[in-house]
Amino acid sequence: MELRFDESIPIYQQILQGVLWDVAVGAVEPGSRLPSVRELSKLTRSNPNTVQRAYMELERMGVVETQRGQGTFVVGDPSIIGEVRTNVTSSAVRSFVEEMRRLKYSDEGIIELVREQLRNTRGLQKENPAQEPCESGTEMVQRTTGELSEVIADGRN
Amino acid sequence: MAAIEMRGVQKSYYLARALDGIDLSIEPGKIVGLLGPNGAGKSTLLKLCAGLIHPTAGSVRVLGQEVSLKTKARTAFVPEIDTFYGWMTVSEALRLEASMFADIDPAEVTELLRELKLDARARIAHLSKGMRAKLKLVAAMSRKADLVLMDEPLAGIDPPARAAILETIATRYRPGEQTIVISTHEVLESEKLFDDVVFLSGGRIALQGNADQLRVEKGKSLNEVFAEVC
Repeated sequence: MELRFDESIPIYQQILQGVLWDVAVGAVEPGSRLPSVRELSKLTRSNPNTVQRAYMELERMGVVETQRGQGTFVVGDPSIIGEVRTNVTSSAVRSFVEEMRRLKYSDEGIIELVREQLRNTRGLQKENPAQEPCESGTEMVQRTTGELSEVIADGRN
Repeated sequence: MAAIEMRGVQKSYYLARALDGIDLSIEPGKIVGLLGPNGAGKSTLLKLCAGLIHPTAGSVRVLGQEVSLKTKARTAFVPEIDTFYGWMTVSEALRLEASMFADIDPAEVTELLRELKLDARARIAHLSKGMRAKLKLVAAMSRKADLVLMDEPLAGIDPPARAAILETIATRYRPGEQTIVISTHEVLESEKLFDDVVFLSGGRIALQGNADQLRVEKGKSLNEVFAEVC
């Protein structure tokens, strides 16, 4: 989990996002145990009440479940990965698009910006195999324009 | 029942007014940051709760009662400047603490000394400032106190020792049961630890609230809010 925090954003939200990202990229697998509240609060030097709040919210979202006396686990159903990926991806795309619209870009302009960025960073992408299982930028563009929704349906390359 | 309840509290030292009309209610089961610059009245407020000084006007209630020997038995106060005797060893100093506070857990003492890498046989006079700060923490956190009041636990010590202290507070704190009030102006490092914060400035409360809620409302870190209100 990413351990750097932006202190101007609610801490509980960042812990929650951290877990969601870990699930989305497969860093924690369905059915695996999350660190205990105490462990995570030690790791992040944050308040155990805050960690507890993030875990409760994740439980409410159906991403984790608490087993009495055993700890907090990512739900066992593998489809959770896709669900969380969709959730994380669409919120990232949404905030990107919102920001570009605030900068007065047209829809076409936004897509062109993304294409250009993809071209400029193509070489880097290949050198970084860790990114491979993730949804590609092109797919994100397709998602936003709704052109190829079936490609994104399974959230994979 | 509030962990701390203050009504119209004033405290003057001769002509200097340290606290000037404090109305404050601190919910139990939380870690609360008491934030403010030097001279804002943070220490005075904590000492009133610990029963070390008395208000010039107004009332202070702790754990649902007037401050008394009863509340003192359930309160751990960590002073900014420790009161250990230099000629004692670490374990002698902790035994002295145990003779004063019945709720010290010897197993916790051993565990905390190990965790914070403090040598029980070391002489207090030979300890660094960071080690003395850790020893104060051991004395307070090895008790089963319902209310822990820490006055500037991070002041004047190096970053690794500050990190170790914050980590120990985070892991030893009994969520929901214990209330910890920490005064500090080192907001940047400590702000992730707080449920709620109270900003003090010039003996008055400048702002108080839930930490994450203030981040949302202000779009700022507590450290930035500190610069704005204090």
